[in-house]
Amino acid sequence: MSALAVEAVWKFYGDYPALRDIRFSVERGQCIALLGRNGAGKTTLIRILAGLSRPTKGFVRLFGRDAGERATRAQVGIIGHGIGIYDELSALENLKLFAGLYALPSPARVAAEWLERTGLDRVKDGLVREFSRGMRQRLAVARAFLHNPQLLLLDEPFTALDDRAIALLQGLLRDALHEGRTVLMSTHQLREAMELATHVALINRGRLAYTGERSPEMLADPGYLYRVHGEA
Amino acid sequence: MGLRDKIMIGLGALAAVLLTRNIWVMLTGLPDEAFQGAIFRIIFFHVPAAFTCFLCFFLALVAGVVYLVRKNLQWDAFAVSVTEVGLAFGAINLISGMIWARIIWGIWWTWDWRLTSMLVCWLLYAGYLVLRRAIEETTERARLGAVMLILNFSVVPFVFFSIKWFRTQHPQPVLFGDGKMDEIYRTMLYGNWVPLLLIAAVLVMLRMRQENQQREIDALRRAAHSF
Amino acid sequence: MTFIRQILTVAAKDLRSEIRTKEAINASLSFALVILLLFSFAFDPTSETTREIAGGLLWLAFAFAGVLILNRSFARELQNDCLDMLNASPVPAPALFLGKALANYVLLVGIEAVCLPVFGVFYNVTWYTHLGQLVLVLLLATWGITVVGTVFSALTVNLRLREIMLPMLMYPVLIPCLMAAMRLSTVLIDGQPITGDDLAWLRLLIGFDIIFTSLAVVLIDTVLIG
Repeated sequence: MSALAVEAVWKFYGDYPALRDIRFSVERGQCIALLGRNGAGKTTLIRILAGLSRPTKGFVRLFGRDAGERATRAQVGIIGHGIGIYDELSALENLKLFAGLYALPSPARVAAEWLERTGLDRVKDGLVREFSRGMRQRLAVARAFLHNPQLLLLDEPFTALDDRAIALLQGLLRDALHEGRTVLMSTHQLREAMELATHVALINRGRLAYTGERSPEMLADPGYLYRVHGEA
Repeated sequence: MGLRDKIMIGLGALAAVLLTRNIWVMLTGLPDEAFQGAIFRIIFFHVPAAFTCFLCFFLALVAGVVYLVRKNLQWDAFAVSVTEVGLAFGAINLISGMIWARIIWGIWWTWDWRLTSMLVCWLLYAGYLVLRRAIEETTERARLGAVMLILNFSVVPFVFFSIKWFRTQHPQPVLFGDGKMDEIYRTMLYGNWVPLLLIAAVLVMLRMRQENQQREIDALRRAAHSF
Repeated sequence: MTFIRQILTVAAKDLRSEIRTKEAINASLSFALVILLLFSFAFDPTSETTREIAGGLLWLAFAFAGVLILNRSFARELQNDCLDMLNASPVPAPALFLGKALANYVLLVGIEAVCLPVFGVFYNVTWYTHLGQLVLVLLLATWGITVVGTVFSALTVNLRLREIMLPMLMYPVLIPCLMAAMRLSTVLIDGQPITGDDLAWLRLLIGFDIIFTSLAVVLIDTVLIG
């Protein structure tokens, strides 16, 4: 059973197909980089995988179950364009809230543990509104990882992160892959993505132009994929 | 000319013939009503317009529900077309009622429960169109519009009951004393509903075609911008 | 059990944010008071007519104040894309909805509790003769406002002109609920208990609450996830 199986997914906006017959699967322990230009459909696809949007046709299965099912979503961690944490709550309150929403047995302990891992335990009672950009990003990373998700969906995770947050995220992703968890990330930062990626998928105007293992030439020359499989 | 156009022209022509015939009979064949005089004839448009309006609102509910189940945008096009036509007939009902009231009661408007309920329903469905205007993306517009149609239709019975209770606390002028009407008038009332329904059907077909073309244009524009 | 805990978690989160920033409460409370003040210019506030229209006046103020609370309810989630995170979590949409509705309800009832004595003083009415029944009407009608308002808050959250759209779409749907509340409150403030014909209004109010709570719970997933 694949960690993630995308089965003939179409998404229409009106009569316009934003995603056309996307099919691929990702096995446990793999890290797939989702590449494509702006407007190619990467975010649309990730929103469908995250259960934030429903495919017009086709299915998405996470660990064999429908992605739309709420129970499935407990297995998924997300980093999106927005940091997804509340400005008017403190760092501790934010993490406790999300631990509660994911029905973790002891939210306070999990929150404290992640504050320590992200180096935010000193400021745990500070309101997020007063945090620096980097601190907010680290908190967002903690929010995405605190329920031990088996699948991580990251939409442009490295854009706008500072050095420390990048290091934190990369470390956590490496650990996750090591433990056999699965990662899917869309990215513009080809080099960072290629280092982690075991597989690659390229979306071109809503169509899957390429999917397969990441080859050595992609690592050496990140533009390779676009030139060979991208649009003319 | 496609089949659809032929059907539309056929229905429209039939409506015109029936309407001409009905108006001729109304003006030359039917006697004036004893108390109201000549103006009572407005009822042959006033009441069928209300029937048509509520039929349209009901069909809009059906279209909304079917859209949510099937996700076929044809049903959304039908929902918006039928709501717009329903609003037009609702407006005919309200305005013809006001003209009648001015002549019989001497006032344009009274907060009679029927008038008030009709106005509230009209506003509810006008709200649906306003909501649609504010949503750019077609599929989102269809989805949220369908939800609003369900909420709207669910409140209609509440509106009628509550306003009736509220208003009957104070005596108001009543339309026909005990609701009885002469047989010849009743026949004309229902007889005149037929051409109004035909007109409504033609308008819905026209509007639906326009809506479908708009969707096609939007998709093409979107595709063009994605290059 | 989990469902109820999720509702409470969401409600507690909303209440905590609101009590910390007080954005909606302050605006809503002062708006309600300003409206009560403005009404005093519309007619002679000491005369006998006050009691005849007391219910209407009170509920108009509450309905206006309510919009400001409800507008914030889902708009609060837009910052930092928090709504996406809630939708992506295992919390079912009905629990999310009921949690938010509960928070709005608590805020709105709180505002009403402050406004009612102020109203009594301003307009010189003894509103507490049938306190139990008045509280019942208040709780039922406020739930109606809250549940319809929260659905429309979710429906309009991504729209341009959200602040204008919400009241425009919400008030027509609320007319039966407000009418029942106005009628019953007027009777109670006039010093009479709810009896006979007026029980029908109470039934209407209960029916309204049940139907729209059910519809909201059924439809909210469709509203939130496209």
